[in-house]
Amino acid sequence: MRFALDLFTIVMVSLGGLFFLAGTIGLLRFPDTLTRLHALTKADNLGLGLVVLGLLAQTSSPLGALNLVALWLLALLGGAVVAQFMGAAVRPARWRTGGVSGAREEEGG
Amino acid sequence: MSSFLLAAAAFVLGTVALGLWRILRGPRDVDRMLAPQLLGTGGVAALLLLGEASQEAAIADVAMVLALLAAFASVAFVVGAIRPELSPEPGSEPGTELAPDRAPAHEDAR
Repeated sequence: MRFALDLFTIVMVSLGGLFFLAGTIGLLRFPDTLTRLHALTKADNLGLGLVVLGLLAQTSSPLGALNLVALWLLALLGGAVVAQFMGAAVRPARWRTGGVSGAREEEGG
Repeated sequence: MSSFLLAAAAFVLGTVALGLWRILRGPRDVDRMLAPQLLGTGGVAALLLLGEASQEAAIADVAMVLALLAAFASVAFVVGAIRPELSPEPGSEPGTELAPDRAPAHEDAR
């Protein structure tokens, strides 16, 4: 049983580390602010969630487990709010004028 | 087990440190602010791993505070950043100064 829990922790924490690496690569390689924001908020919160899941197998007290889960939920909430907030701040002005025209080529301006 | 957790914490911190390169590169303040956001999430993960490796329950509380402060930092940044130079000036082409790092490929084709 102990061995199975340790194995679970190792697998989950390793996966979480992989997602953190992916988030960093996205932050460094993506072409503009909105895509970087996208990479960051998704990959990193998933990585944190996997790390928390892996550590849940190591905690002995239910209160400690609850603390971990609450921490992850707080990080998710904060990440979601910040992503929306930052995205709204950097959204190009031409997206604000009615229909979403982000997929269209700009009219020659 | 604790040595693996320590190694994992070091790995996560390493990826976060790599991400800090974005602060140098910019090109805009918002891009620079993304790296501290990463530092918040990654720092929380690294702290949790450290706390489990050292059997120190208090580190989870430190991680909690860090998660809270990272969110506050970004919110404070956005509130401070919504100022005239972020919104396009009348007469300039909308959106040009909002993503100067993205070369408009279709303009070369014209």
